Amino acid sequence: MELLCPAGNLASLKIALNAGADAVYLGLKDDTNARSFAGLNFTPKKLQQAVEYTKKCGKKVFLTINTFPKPGEETRWYQAIDLAAATGVDALIMADISLLDYAHSRYPHLPLHLSVQASATNLGALTLYKEAFNIERAVLPRVLSMKQVRDLSKVTPVDLEVFAFGSLCIMAEGRCHLSSYVTGQSPNTGGSCSPAKHVRWQEDGSNRLTWLNDVLIDKSGIDEQMGYPVVCKGRYTTDENSTASHILEAPTSLNTLSLLPELAKANVVSLKIEGRQRSPAYVEQVTRVWRAAIDSYQSAPEKYQTQQEWNAALNKVSEGQTTTLGAYERTWQ
Amino acid sequence: MKTSLGPIQYCWSKETVSQFYQQVAESNIPVVYLGETVCSRRRQVKFSDYLALAHMLRDSGKEVILSTLALLEAPSEYTELKKQVNNGEFIIEANDIGAVQAAKEIGLPFVCGPTINNYNLATLNKLHQWGMQRFVMPIELSKTWLSNVIAAEVAANGATLPYEIEVFAHGYLPLAHSARCFTAKQQGLPKDNCQTVCLSHSKGLLAQTQDQQPLLRVNGIQTQSASQIDLSADIAQMQQMGVSYFRVSPSSLKSIEVAENILTKPQLPEPLSCNGYWHQTSGLAQVN
Repeated sequence: MELLCPAGNLASLKIALNAGADAVYLGLKDDTNARSFAGLNFTPKKLQQAVEYTKKCGKKVFLTINTFPKPGEETRWYQAIDLAAATGVDALIMADISLLDYAHSRYPHLPLHLSVQASATNLGALTLYKEAFNIERAVLPRVLSMKQVRDLSKVTPVDLEVFAFGSLCIMAEGRCHLSSYVTGQSPNTGGSCSPAKHVRWQEDGSNRLTWLNDVLIDKSGIDEQMGYPVVCKGRYTTDENSTASHILEAPTSLNTLSLLPELAKANVVSLKIEGRQRSPAYVEQVTRVWRAAIDSYQSAPEKYQTQQEWNAALNKVSEGQTTTLGAYERTWQ
Repeated sequence: MKTSLGPIQYCWSKETVSQFYQQVAESNIPVVYLGETVCSRRRQVKFSDYLALAHMLRDSGKEVILSTLALLEAPSEYTELKKQVNNGEFIIEANDIGAVQAAKEIGLPFVCGPTINNYNLATLNKLHQWGMQRFVMPIELSKTWLSNVIAAEVAANGATLPYEIEVFAHGYLPLAHSARCFTAKQQGLPKDNCQTVCLSHSKGLLAQTQDQQPLLRVNGIQTQSASQIDLSADIAQMQQMGVSYFRVSPSSLKSIEVAENILTKPQLPEPLSCNGYWHQTSGLAQVN
């Protein structure tokens, strides 16, 4: 079972690999990936360094090209694929049909992983991408219960990767328009959810107001723990409840340490840690815990138990300092 | 350009749905999509009921397309989807790539619904190879996007797109789908024991920001826009661009009247309307 960690820059990449990641994923410094934040990601030169360093460690590096080019913009995405092939990354993580087609036809030996942004949740979708583009692996959206992951793993024509830890996207990824409804930019089109330029905080007495493109998405106490402001984690009133609450989801992180044995039994090949936008300290902390957990499971599967100190360490770096099993657990749904 | 009536996105009783489609049958609306697109737990109107309604509408002279689920999770949902695709009479609106595969496997032409990610010409052309004969533009895209796609095809092949274009032009926008049922959550119920509480919100449940700005509409596992998109001011432009279908997404019986008249008579503006996506800005914006 592979531990796949995020690398927002070269420092995070080295830390992840040294802390026990089997593989890292990263993006280029432009809008060809869905974590296009200022100060993050890799220039072609840094990508080369990242590939060299990773190979020296005997580990793997995957390049994320998981946004959707609009007409006239395609060249930037095609160039990213050409660069990836020339640099020798171990796989591309992609969602757009035209890009999968481009990569598959030009670089048939370059492994393709279907990005979570492709929103493939079922046998039909996986079969189509396998037959058309020979994808090797798919990253499952965070909408399936553990039983549904297990059911899919029995019939899937490709390897499965799941999100194990990190910020919790509660919508079927790649098909969520909440960000663009409010800001005009979505992960698919602009390379990020809730682009930072649209976020504004304002102190108002004992409250902090969170504005997204001048829409008030939350009002919280000054000292309250907050996550990155996104529409689905805001507090709103409804026609039935005049007290504002997190009607969709509260700021929380996904933590599946307790599911590790079940994910392993379902033949999940890779556990993905979310957070290319997070600090090297986050990457180190999370990687160490997950390395210890996977090693513990693999050395004695029947004796595996989630250690309290692992959860404590992960809670410290979690959004809202709370964690959930999300959709893996039916009661969450 | 013709009007099309999108599938009912809400959970209505069987009686209401039947009444709705009886009235549609008597209307001048030429194209009707129907079927459950949001949640497989809604069992008020079964597929066999929809099929019966589809026959009735076809007998009234309508072009009928069966719409399918946007989010498939359980294996049973995919099995049910394949059954729908194999109905033997009607083409389908694929709202998930799984439905594209199911249609492709049996050589059935299909319409790509608004929740299929079509962001460029090469993707559209690939889907066309697989059987797509019409696509509904993804809701977050704009008139500029559409004219660029058409121009790219003309530049490449000297002709316009070899498939039809439909625009989601009136109604509440489907913004996102989740594993979680937000309506049940509001009532303190788990999804597995939801008691189909969405039946009590015929247009979803309106959510407002803390300064009273209507923002979202909770509709089971789906999150919609609080505002209705209304592109009736852009009809002439759409026609000029070659859009074939102007979709009205129904939210009540009144939507039938809207769909009947929208292409020919000026409509009163809706109290909460938006057109931002069409104008390449935030979806909730109203650009005049």
